[in-house]
Amino acid sequence: MIEFEIPEKIAGICTVIKSVADNMMRPVSRYFDEHEHEIPWDYITFMQTATRAMGGTSMAPSEKREGPRLGFQRLAFMVEMLSWGDAGIYLDTPGGMLGSAAVNATGTPEQKERFLARFKSETPTFDAMCMTEAGAGSDTSAIRTTAVLDKEKNEWVLNGEKIFVTAGHKAMVDSKGFIVVWATIDPKAGRAGMRPFVVEAGTPGCQVTKLEHKLGIRASDTASIVLQDCRIPFDNILGSPEVVTDKATTGFKGAMATFDATRPIVAAQAIGLARATLELLKEMLTERGVTVRYGLPRQKLTSIEKEVIDMEVMLRSAWLLVIEAVWMMDNGKPNSLESSMCKVRAGDVVNKITQKAVEIMGPLGYSREYLLEKWFRDAKISDIYEGTGQINRLVVARQILGYRSSELR
Amino acid sequence: MYSFEPSDEQKMLIDAVSRYATSDLRPAAHDAEENKELPPKLISKGWELGVLQASIPEAYGGFGERSAVTGILATEAMAYGDLAGALAIGTPGLFALSVLLSGSEEQKKQYLPPVIEADWKPYTAALLEPSFDFDPNDLKTTATADGGDYVLKGEKTFVPFAANAEAMIVYAKLDGATKGFIVPIGTKGAAGLKVGEEREKYLGLNALPFYKITLEGVKVPKANLLPGDFARVLAASRVALAAMAIGVAKAAFDYSRDYAKERDVFGVKVAQKQAIAFMLAEMRTEIEAIRLLTWEAAWMIDANKEDASKQAYLAATGAMDMAMMVTDRAVQILGGHGYIREHPVELFMRNGRGFATFTGLAMV
Repeated sequence: MIEFEIPEKIAGICTVIKSVADNMMRPVSRYFDEHEHEIPWDYITFMQTATRAMGGTSMAPSEKREGPRLGFQRLAFMVEMLSWGDAGIYLDTPGGMLGSAAVNATGTPEQKERFLARFKSETPTFDAMCMTEAGAGSDTSAIRTTAVLDKEKNEWVLNGEKIFVTAGHKAMVDSKGFIVVWATIDPKAGRAGMRPFVVEAGTPGCQVTKLEHKLGIRASDTASIVLQDCRIPFDNILGSPEVVTDKATTGFKGAMATFDATRPIVAAQAIGLARATLELLKEMLTERGVTVRYGLPRQKLTSIEKEVIDMEVMLRSAWLLVIEAVWMMDNGKPNSLESSMCKVRAGDVVNKITQKAVEIMGPLGYSREYLLEKWFRDAKISDIYEGTGQINRLVVARQILGYRSSELR
Repeated sequence: MYSFEPSDEQKMLIDAVSRYATSDLRPAAHDAEENKELPPKLISKGWELGVLQASIPEAYGGFGERSAVTGILATEAMAYGDLAGALAIGTPGLFALSVLLSGSEEQKKQYLPPVIEADWKPYTAALLEPSFDFDPNDLKTTATADGGDYVLKGEKTFVPFAANAEAMIVYAKLDGATKGFIVPIGTKGAAGLKVGEEREKYLGLNALPFYKITLEGVKVPKANLLPGDFARVLAASRVALAAMAIGVAKAAFDYSRDYAKERDVFGVKVAQKQAIAFMLAEMRTEIEAIRLLTWEAAWMIDANKEDASKQAYLAATGAMDMAMMVTDRAVQILGGHGYIREHPVELFMRNGRGFATFTGLAMV
């Protein structure tokens, strides 16, 4: 049966999050945009308590308490609403994020327990994913960070530098979290050599060296992390012990499985921001005597009405793509195609909508008196991280054409 | 709850329609367009699939319940084969669904069984008017009360099978609102109803006989007014057309993708070039996005949601742009071959442009 009814439980959670967004995020949006690298502790502390009551915001949803599997759907709705509040501050939400998603997608049950249990504590705790390097962005097979096994001590020794680590500082300095570092155990093997490793906060040899200054989402820290003879226990390689030697189970597959779970969530972030923008735009227009008339043929619409209606089409249809992708995730259906499609569309849509909104409102859109210009800046990240729009198009194209990566580069 | 999976019954219907669409409609599409005629046997075979009949309750001669969701699933599958064929098979539905959605109990009992229980017959409807800013909620055709009758005056265009119609629904403005009127025609004709002498010629859909009609004071009894809300009919038409646009777009996408995987260029297949692969990725994504929007609109109609009409409008708006974008790109991917009428993509493109115009030509 095809159905589009938002599950009651999720609707209830959204109502709560909406009031968090109204009261704890919007009033400080501008402040944290203008005070980059300050941390919104009021929001973080509040969310720590609030989300524990709601079952967490983890990217590794617990499924035990629910009948039908709704974990990823619930997460998508929560993230959408939090980003509606503020896309930058949302990224400071305590609890498992991309690091947990990697643990969840590639770790053993023992590892999930060991690494994810910390998010149940009363102290706000963060995690992060370390993929990108100075010389390896979209081409993740080019990573140079190495992991060498010290057989005597049964430890991995990591060396390298990771950049663009979202929430890296909060995971490693501001809390007892962890990062998931993608490193190679065989630099000559390309993708086949890639493996994910967990490095916990406080591990010697792991240091946050820099915080970036960004176009938008300034409330979120983007860190550089240096690993210098950083030693971690053997068991911190994600997956069963065979992952070390088994060439068939490449770490790259693990990275892709992680993305299947995280891309719809990152897309949900884009949708929340796009919805915020469209709502504010309509509100500003209404205050100025412009209301949008639905149901008319295009030939009778003003250009502003036409733009707004097109935005509604884009927004709603992209959101439904996201819901479909997380619904598939929850129901154990392979969703690489849908996951990348929703990321492509959401990334496009949020940029089109925020760019148009600034244009339509003229000087008011460009002014820092309103949030439209901030949202225009915040939006761009959605087309970049968790796979650029182009990388996701490549993933979609390979799926629909049945090509391997060697056949479509 | 959310669910994106059709029921088993719906899957069976989609399968049956898809089989007919790909093995009967599609192979006939080229010649039908060139010869400006759909073989009557082809239409009857499609009619016998019972898509419309299944959406009419038993009390009125059908064997099911109307479901907009089921309707659009079948409609998309049908239009995937050929748009003209799908519209022809669905033409009696324009009459029947108008009655079902906005007619009185008596009207349903009187007018539905003859359409539903019989072979395909040219029952039709007239909504579109020949003006650039045609607005279904602000018609230029008027209805005025005159004793026990209504008098209809105006001009309609794009009326399928008007020349030999058994009966048609004529939409006209009555007291500021759009209303449907049952106009029986049959062999006797209807006084004051003039059907254009020649078929209309269009950018696409040449396989279908469309006519202009002129209503020069056509009198119908007051009992022939469909009393219900036109908004329901319009929403049913909008989701149906959105579904057809998706079917046409999907056809264009599949054809151009398969072509791109076959054709060699610079030592690889065309599809191995990112310039082409990315176009296909965007086409596929856009089709899926608008399909979900249309599904949601249809679901809202079935669930009697308040915003169903608005959602249907958004779906139709999105679908007309999507169909144009996708069919245009399909032609582009085939390059020069796409411009040649041997390949179907140029027809898909002509059909794709039509969805901005086709209001009222399909219903679920």
